Amino acid sequence: MSALVAKKTISVEVNGTTYEREVEARRLLVHFIRDDLDLTGTHVGCDTGNCGACSVIVDGTLLKSCMMLAIQADGASIETVEGLGADGELSGLQQAFGEHHALQCGYCTPGMLMSAKALLDENPEPTEGEIRRAIQGNICRCTGYVNIVEAIAAASEAGS
Amino acid sequence: MLLASVEYARPGSVDEALSLLAANPNARALAGGQTLVNVMKARIAAPDVLVDLNGIPELREIRETGEGLELGPMVTYTQLARSEEVLGSRPILAEVAARIADVQVRNRGTLGGNLCSNDPTNHLPPVLVAVGATMAIAGASGVRLVPAEEFFLGVYLTAVGPGELLTGISVPRRQGDDGFASVTIGTDGTCIVNAAASRNGSLRVVLGCVAATPVLIELPTADEEAVRAAVAGAELDPPSDIHAPAAYRRQLAGVLAARAVRQANGAA
Repeated sequence: MSALVAKKTISVEVNGTTYEREVEARRLLVHFIRDDLDLTGTHVGCDTGNCGACSVIVDGTLLKSCMMLAIQADGASIETVEGLGADGELSGLQQAFGEHHALQCGYCTPGMLMSAKALLDENPEPTEGEIRRAIQGNICRCTGYVNIVEAIAAASEAGS
Repeated sequence: MLLASVEYARPGSVDEALSLLAANPNARALAGGQTLVNVMKARIAAPDVLVDLNGIPELREIRETGEGLELGPMVTYTQLARSEEVLGSRPILAEVAARIADVQVRNRGTLGGNLCSNDPTNHLPPVLVAVGATMAIAGASGVRLVPAEEFFLGVYLTAVGPGELLTGISVPRRQGDDGFASVTIGTDGTCIVNAAASRNGSLRVVLGCVAATPVLIELPTADEEAVRAAVAGAELDPPSDIHAPAAYRRQLAGVLAARAVRQANGAA
């Protein structure tokens, strides 16, 4: 019988590292990632599931971490923006964002990168329409999206 | 925003979930969380207990029988949109699910959540009434079947009572053709008005966002002018809000009903 708990020690793998932490049942996944694990790349934007700045990939599925409880991620494998590069090097996707000026203030960028990664993981050669649909859940107030779409297209062409 | 303190359980079976719901009067079932988590952030609802349904695999199944589809309530919009069974048997469900919100919401949001939350602007209640679906509701005394027409009772209110759980949705196999039309806030955003149509000899048109629950209009023919006249004659009293005044919703209802019927007639 599943016990009723107000808090639980959960085990979560994030970007390849396993963390064990006690969380209250009410703790949002985004706050767990940012405040309990000190991974502040994932951002809180609207806090209502509209802007996508909190987007992460959980067990291969792109989702908004402000719309999920940390306790629901017990046993899950999570990818955040901090996991994109390796050995201090930017990933191909991150480099493309830089080269194509796909960010200004940078607030939406981690969420955009995770949505782009989720797209390219599943569809390595997306059309422009597919790219636009893939970032539909990510709002950018600075760029007007054109450079973001071009960066993702460039990354897919470079095989990132 | 922070949630109020809450207790949490993750049952592994429907029976366990029902026991938890029965034992805790202020418990809420947690499906995709794409509505409930926001509601809890805003403190509009404050359940004492969350019963997470994500650990019950049998609630996430899609089965194709000879007669149609058996859908679990935890099937996500993404699953609906991509399912071979759904695309083969009743593709309008996949088509509508694919246009709800965005990738992240579709990956978590569920069929059952969309139906049971019964926000008047939701996409799936009108569709399921149009296709003549049947809902299976489980409770302490067993499972009862409720036709979609009788499932939606009021704003945020369905036939699923305290201690009960929506455990299955049966959708008949497509006989004629279906249609759906909406005007939304931004591409794939919240519906201002929506309309579903299903043509199988006679015609069922179901309007959403114009009343507390979906409005069913049945007609003997699928003629667009007759549809517009029927919608006008339905004397709708839709709400006015920040997105649209009542008169605009009333007008849109006729336009979108005709568009949905046009698609069902194969001419969209």
